[in-house]
Amino acid sequence: MGEHIIKLPDVGEGVAEAELVEWHVKIGDIVREDTVLAAVMTDKATVEIPSPVDGEILWLGAEIGDTVAIGSPIVRLKVAGEGNVKPQSGEVEAVAAEPPTKLPTPKPESAAPSAKAPPKVAAPETKSAPAVSKSTGRPSVSGAPRPEGEKPLASPAVRLRAREAGIDLRQVAGSGPAGRIGHEDIEAFLARGPQVAKASGLARNDAVEDIKVVGLRRKIAEKMTLSKSRIPHITYVEEIDVTALEDLRAALNKEKRADRPKLTLLPFLMRAMVKAIADQPQLNSLFDDEAGIIHQHGGIHIGIAAQTPSGLVVPVVKHAEARDIWDCGAEVNRLAEAAKSGTATRDELSGSTITITSLGAMGGIATTPVINHPEVAIIGVNKMMVRPMWDGTQFIPRKMMNLSSSFDHRVIDGWDAAVFVQRIKALLETPALIFVD
Amino acid sequence: MKEISCKLLVIGAGPGGYVCAIRAGQLGVDTVIVEAGKPGGTCLNVGCIPSKALIHAAEEFEKVAHMAGGKSPLGISVSAPVLDLGKTVAWKDGIVSRLNSGVAGLLKKAGVKTVHGWATFRDGKTVEVETETGSQVIRAETIVIATGSAPVELSFLPFGGPVISSTDALALSAVPKKLAVVGGGYIGLELGMAFAKMGADVTVVEALPRVLAQYDAELTRPVVKRLAALGIEVMTGAKAKGLSTKGDALLVETADGKNAKVAADKILVTVGRKPVTEGWGLDQIDLDMAGKFIKIDDQCRSSMRGIFAIGDVTGEPMLAHRAMAQGEMVAEIVAGHKRSWDKRSIPAVCFTDPELVTAGLSPEEAKAQGEIKIGLFPFAANGRAMTKLGEDGFVRVVARADNHLVLGIQAVGQGVSELAASFGLALEMGARLEDIAGTIHAHPTQGEGFQEAALKALGHALHI
Repeated sequence: MGEHIIKLPDVGEGVAEAELVEWHVKIGDIVREDTVLAAVMTDKATVEIPSPVDGEILWLGAEIGDTVAIGSPIVRLKVAGEGNVKPQSGEVEAVAAEPPTKLPTPKPESAAPSAKAPPKVAAPETKSAPAVSKSTGRPSVSGAPRPEGEKPLASPAVRLRAREAGIDLRQVAGSGPAGRIGHEDIEAFLARGPQVAKASGLARNDAVEDIKVVGLRRKIAEKMTLSKSRIPHITYVEEIDVTALEDLRAALNKEKRADRPKLTLLPFLMRAMVKAIADQPQLNSLFDDEAGIIHQHGGIHIGIAAQTPSGLVVPVVKHAEARDIWDCGAEVNRLAEAAKSGTATRDELSGSTITITSLGAMGGIATTPVINHPEVAIIGVNKMMVRPMWDGTQFIPRKMMNLSSSFDHRVIDGWDAAVFVQRIKALLETPALIFVD
Repeated sequence: MKEISCKLLVIGAGPGGYVCAIRAGQLGVDTVIVEAGKPGGTCLNVGCIPSKALIHAAEEFEKVAHMAGGKSPLGISVSAPVLDLGKTVAWKDGIVSRLNSGVAGLLKKAGVKTVHGWATFRDGKTVEVETETGSQVIRAETIVIATGSAPVELSFLPFGGPVISSTDALALSAVPKKLAVVGGGYIGLELGMAFAKMGADVTVVEALPRVLAQYDAELTRPVVKRLAALGIEVMTGAKAKGLSTKGDALLVETADGKNAKVAADKILVTVGRKPVTEGWGLDQIDLDMAGKFIKIDDQCRSSMRGIFAIGDVTGEPMLAHRAMAQGEMVAEIVAGHKRSWDKRSIPAVCFTDPELVTAGLSPEEAKAQGEIKIGLFPFAANGRAMTKLGEDGFVRVVARADNHLVLGIQAVGQGVSELAASFGLALEMGARLEDIAGTIHAHPTQGEGFQEAALKALGHALHI
């Protein structure tokens, strides 16, 4: 039997370190070759780390949320055969005793049971308010005292007492073994605030959850801080009459060929942006403020901000200037699917030169979009709704949609911003213009 | 037409309905109960009670028959026993009848008015009952539907002639020479084993790959072994196709697709039970359904205000004690108490030989929720089981690995049905392994196996 050390492989072009976002294994697990051991996140995408060998996990070298340098040992395995480490050489001990920079002190396998099971996800830690019941050294908590979805543990008599008193047992902490709720816990809960408890099932919740900001959330937080601290935003809101566009869209969808995607409003907006950028190419730029250079791009790579189960990501439709409306639609669909299922590649999630963000589905009449640093413009789509519009003699129902767009005021003046949005407005209100070269 | 009004009307006096009515009566609710048959429903009249009477008679007969063969290790020998099934059935009917009048008496004592007849809904507040003395209209503020369930009939094997339902099987006057049982679920096996013990040549035809498919294979292994010992042929993966033209055999398609004939003078069809949702005017009130069952919430309320439904008509598990618990709860809700369904487990017992008990989660179900510990104690290491010639079987406890909370308990063995009480209690109280291990279990009993199983899960069983 020997030992095998797995080092964090190079997960992407030019990346020197990655954040550990998930362990798929724990100490003591038997893994086979290709078993996924962990997931790490680079600045864009999540990458899974598979095991190159069969073996038993002896040691895990980082905790969730840690940033690990490429090449740092992350897993030690017991393997059949010699492995890649000679135990006598002292290298293993060295690994265990001197973790690479930025790694936390690894926990040896002989440690307490808790060390054997690193959390699979960043588990919320519940900090409790002061104990209310007489405790015998056991931690006693108030507020929602157990993980969501877990049934409170109590005998039938206690459950009956709680129901009679109008208490939601989910809000009651149990001081008994395995968190079992006893009669004394009910009494303590009632004593703490009968008016609250008895009122209408509205129980006071004093719980404070400390949730570590890791993974995608941390990336989003860093990115947004950078954008908002560096870029002086100017936001311009304009309303657009999309009645004609909606008619056209409906007609195109009705007549569409089987091999073509169903068109949403997005491809039309993308084409309109391409046309508007032709007049104002400075909008399709990346601003390197440290070097004092504006990189004005010829290729229009439109980022589409998309909400996924794990958070906001921005897949990029590359070269929108070279795609027709159907192609734009198909690419948006493909990327949205990849983003939602978490299979989007690093390349698909980077390289945008201008971004569209849409909260339209949620309603809201205006937003203040945050520019996707280091771009200089972002177009926000608000909800389309039928509004009464005055045509000079009467109110008529029109399909109206607001665009809320932000610009980097260091390089884009308000006037230019307005011209850009007005051009998009003109194109969308007379959609035939989108198709005229 | 006569008319009466009441606060609560219960339709169906099965275990759900009569318990609901009795409890409502105790709480001073003005209650009427309607039943077309005898009080007690399926459970008392054609289910739990009579089948257990018959099973007991069959066990006694088999014991004596075994002794008569001179094979008894107890050293008892007797001359060949004779079974008069007619007399057995009459004895069973006596028990049923005593319990029938017992239920009627309890209803009366609780001040519940009983109306005999078939009830049909007119609307959500009014029911018409066909009684022997004419129609009776009952108006009620609240109505509880407790119409129960009925055996499922196969279209190609309709009940009649040699094809019998479980109800018919409990009223046979003679033991069939050859009995084919269609359906290897708990009803089919309970009755099939009983008739085999009484001398019938029994064949069980089951479409699934194994009998008692709702239980795990480890748990049913002792039963399968006993089926073989009783000489019961079990055809799994086999489909019943119909009755032979002469009516003396069951046509079967075997697991390998061949046609076979199972000679039988009676064919017992036990392929399941269906809720009774027809014939009482469900169409008049248009309730939301959950599949073939009436949809209810955690207070047994149906989709129509003022109408509750309880028992088999509301879904699985179709067990009398579930219906009773629902009935009691609904009565208390009607009386103005705050109640809702918050039971942790509904134990289930299968009166095969050996018996099976399950409460809470199976190991598989528990595993799906997280890491578990399992403790299994075999009756082969239990003194009381040995003295009863019942060494086959075990008690198994399934608990969470992190805090030892007991999630499920199963047992198979002679007489383990009586352990259902402690299993249910342990789960309902939220016991941990340490609680069961720390409870003194009387010696010598099979219940010690429960304590030992908990100790085993904790890693320090004493007697194995």
